[in-house]
Amino acid sequence: MTAPVVEIRDLNVRFFTYYGVVRAVNGVTFSVMGEETLGIVGESGSGKSVTALSMMGLIEPPGYVAGGEILFSGRDLTRISDDEWLRLRGAEITMCFQNPMRALNPVMKLGRQLARVHMTHNRSSVSEATERAVTLLKEVNIADAERLMGRYPHQLSGGMCQRVMTVMAMICEPRVLILDEPTTGLDVTVQKQLLHLLRDLRERTSASQMLITHDLGVVANICDRVVVMYGGRVMETAGVEAIFDNPRHPYTVALLDAIPQVDSQTDLTPIPGTVPEPLHLPSGCPFHPRCTHAMPICSEDMPLLFDVAEGQLAACHLFSKEGTGVATS
Amino acid sequence: MRKRKSAEGIERLTAQANRFAEITKRRFGFAYLVFRLNPASLLGLIIVVAIFLSALFGPLALPYSPNKTNAPERFEGPSSTHFFGTDKYGRDIFTRVLSAARVDLLIALGSIGLAFLIGTAIGALAAYFGKAVDAVLMRIMDMIKSFPQFILAMALVAALGPGVRNLIIVITVIMVPSFARMIRSRVLSLREMPYVDAARTSGVPWWKIITAYLIPNSLGTMVVTAALNVSYAMLDAAGLSYLGLGVRPPQAEWGTMISEGTSQLLSGRWWISVFPGVALFLAVLGFNLLADGLRDIIDPRMRR
Amino acid sequence: MSPLLEAVDLVKHFQVRGDVPFLSKTVHAVDGISFAIEPDRSIGIVGESGSGKTTIARCLVRLYKPTSGDVLLGGENISTRSGVRQLRKRVQMVFQDPGGSLNPKFTAQRIIQESLLHLRVARRREMKTMAVELLRQVGIQPSDCKKLPHQFSGGQQQRIAVARALAPKPDVLILDEPTSALDLSLQAQIIGMLVALRKDLGLTYVLITHDLAVVRQLCDQLLVMYLGKPVEAGPAPQILSHPQHPYSRALIGSVLKPDPSGRDLEPPLRGEIPSPTAPPSGCRFHPRCPECMEICRTVDPEPRAYGEITGWCHLFEGGRRRSTEAREIGLEKNVETSSEPSVSGEPRGKKGEIDA
Repeated sequence: MTAPVVEIRDLNVRFFTYYGVVRAVNGVTFSVMGEETLGIVGESGSGKSVTALSMMGLIEPPGYVAGGEILFSGRDLTRISDDEWLRLRGAEITMCFQNPMRALNPVMKLGRQLARVHMTHNRSSVSEATERAVTLLKEVNIADAERLMGRYPHQLSGGMCQRVMTVMAMICEPRVLILDEPTTGLDVTVQKQLLHLLRDLRERTSASQMLITHDLGVVANICDRVVVMYGGRVMETAGVEAIFDNPRHPYTVALLDAIPQVDSQTDLTPIPGTVPEPLHLPSGCPFHPRCTHAMPICSEDMPLLFDVAEGQLAACHLFSKEGTGVATS
Repeated sequence: MRKRKSAEGIERLTAQANRFAEITKRRFGFAYLVFRLNPASLLGLIIVVAIFLSALFGPLALPYSPNKTNAPERFEGPSSTHFFGTDKYGRDIFTRVLSAARVDLLIALGSIGLAFLIGTAIGALAAYFGKAVDAVLMRIMDMIKSFPQFILAMALVAALGPGVRNLIIVITVIMVPSFARMIRSRVLSLREMPYVDAARTSGVPWWKIITAYLIPNSLGTMVVTAALNVSYAMLDAAGLSYLGLGVRPPQAEWGTMISEGTSQLLSGRWWISVFPGVALFLAVLGFNLLADGLRDIIDPRMRR
Repeated sequence: MSPLLEAVDLVKHFQVRGDVPFLSKTVHAVDGISFAIEPDRSIGIVGESGSGKTTIARCLVRLYKPTSGDVLLGGENISTRSGVRQLRKRVQMVFQDPGGSLNPKFTAQRIIQESLLHLRVARRREMKTMAVELLRQVGIQPSDCKKLPHQFSGGQQQRIAVARALAPKPDVLILDEPTSALDLSLQAQIIGMLVALRKDLGLTYVLITHDLAVVRQLCDQLLVMYLGKPVEAGPAPQILSHPQHPYSRALIGSVLKPDPSGRDLEPPLRGEIPSPTAPPSGCRFHPRCPECMEICRTVDPEPRAYGEITGWCHLFEGGRRRSTEAREIGLEKNVETSSEPSVSGEPRGKKGEIDA
């Protein structure tokens, strides 16, 4: 973990729909460090996917970046031109999408899809690109790499497609790889295979990985740091051990208490209420209607991210001067 | 990602979105918005409403009778007493155009309405039961569809004879396959929905599943198809009548009026053909634009 | 007394279009499973894609007709029309996609009333009040009863689906992935509701899921499926903590625990699940099994008892589990049976019926 590769500061993304303004991302601040695996955890409406899309420049009208900046390689990604995006996307920042089977071109052979990415950014020839693709596939222990190149996406299983898509994203040696829910929809035994592949890639290349997921098991096993999002804001940021052993933000605490575990049948404490709809976000802190520690100020002002421990930040009024600073688990 | 919007741009967009939100909260708010924002479909709506109203009330308000001949006033051009002029029998063309609107609307709406009902039944049954039922019903639809639409119409009219009632029957038959096909594809996908399974486990009988679960959820797309098909039906009706195969004279109908007037065009009496033609054009255009607007309302609505 | 619901030698095959025109392929979704559901012993059926667990559930509620085998309700075969009507009153199902399981055109109240009406639970006059009451039981306020499904959140939609299933006062509730489509913070709510309802109404659950953590919360018994065949069955806590079948071990070992200190990324299983149209010979798991023996390639294992657990594996012999040099999957090192077998290696009942 070295210097930050991507710094997101106070990002604001809004969608202007017929039904009103959807504040999908509402002042989000975090960084992706070099050579780390960062986990972005959140439920629906937390803004995690939109954040990732804005990091790739894929926010289209009616959505716009309404504030903040995304710093990468000395540039603010929210202000660069479409041409610059064409050079960046796929080469320096890449993304793997949900639903691997649908994210690949169904009428193009995989080999060609893989090669094309390389050729577009490196001006290589077909044979050079193909060779590189095969090499990478073999490096990550995908059996029968050559045969795979001649296949179509629908001939592969979901897990296989996901792995191919990951390789496709890595083929140009990006600095950041974003993965949107890579394990959702995969069989449990295949999930571990995929995570193993990701860990492998992390060790071979110096790329940072940003993993978006709602599965805390995935986070615990592969991430170095975690960002917890809710209602379009960052609730807590910490190293992975700290998040699980010593969560400070009431949302994180409540979440960890509410998830069922395989090895114990302790009573779950559910979180009352429902996840807010991005169209109708509560005022102030988005979690306050469901928070056991809610104070009057919570419905008025949005809390900033406060330092609560070494390398741990939580956005909660408990940690400001007025609060008690204690969120018991 | 487009160039980032300026702060004022964001404010403008926010204000606009909030205004829209106010409107969409109301019952038919979204529909209202669609028409406001898409002037073409609003135009369509206006035209259709205008045609309806004039067809309903027009002939009553006018002094002339559409069919009474009036020899002394024949072949008069458009004037203040005869807005659209008179034809070779001295009948007021304006009155006739409005009266024809009634007939054409009746035929078009009647046949589409019937085709809608029959096509829905056929398509839904075919999709729900599948296999043999589907094969038989769809092959019948295919047979109808494979004839060039107009030729088939002519053949059927030749067999049944002219007249409004037969015209409606003929056009219904021609239009049924497209409805059947649309509903069939919609029901095929809906059939797999969990709520259909849930209905089964709740003991709902098959006929109720079709009528209360499948068809109501397919109506959206059907309404759009229906609106579009109304315009085609009108063209078919007018076309057949133009050829003399449709409505019998002296019944006023746009197609027959156009046909009657073609022989006069060379003599310079353009008004006999042109006005009914324009009326027909407007009607078809109106329904088309309306269908556009309906589609915008029905289709998943998440766009700006 | 006879069990509430029973599957006997259940087999379900589907014919699908093959690669070659006019040649259809057979999907072996379920290839012979027998189990019984006793009152108050909730059972969880787990497996990955292609395991057949969803197919079993749908056969149990007669959404599918079995290719062969029977489903018995209280000992009686339900393949007759009156049998099915009885079945619907006593066995109900909650589906996986809560939004999709509600008719978008019906109000919440109407959805419940449909069930009451067609299963002849109540007279017309009482239906409205009963529907509102059922909804109240699952936490939907009377003022919300006239709303349409899309006006509810995912969690509320799932509650409505549960209320509908409870309308005929069933004995058995089959839950197909009840929490998979829900947000994390809501899963505990639904699980809590299900636990409470079971106690208040005396229900027995059949839980179909791939999420072993949920199974832990709701089930007493567990049945592990692989590619249409049972693999291991027995008390849930025991199997979850000490799985014996190589596949169960791989499955349970694949669960990612929300605990960063116990990190383990070594995949316990290589390869992919074969297609159900071409299941492997002998024991279906043999191509991927780390402890595969010669016999596994040709002979489909019979069910063998092992303490309270029944396993379909050639490793279980004489009530003991043989070990091979295969790598252990992070569980107990000692593979010898830890409890005295109550039966000396003979399968119970016919074709391995398990008392669930």
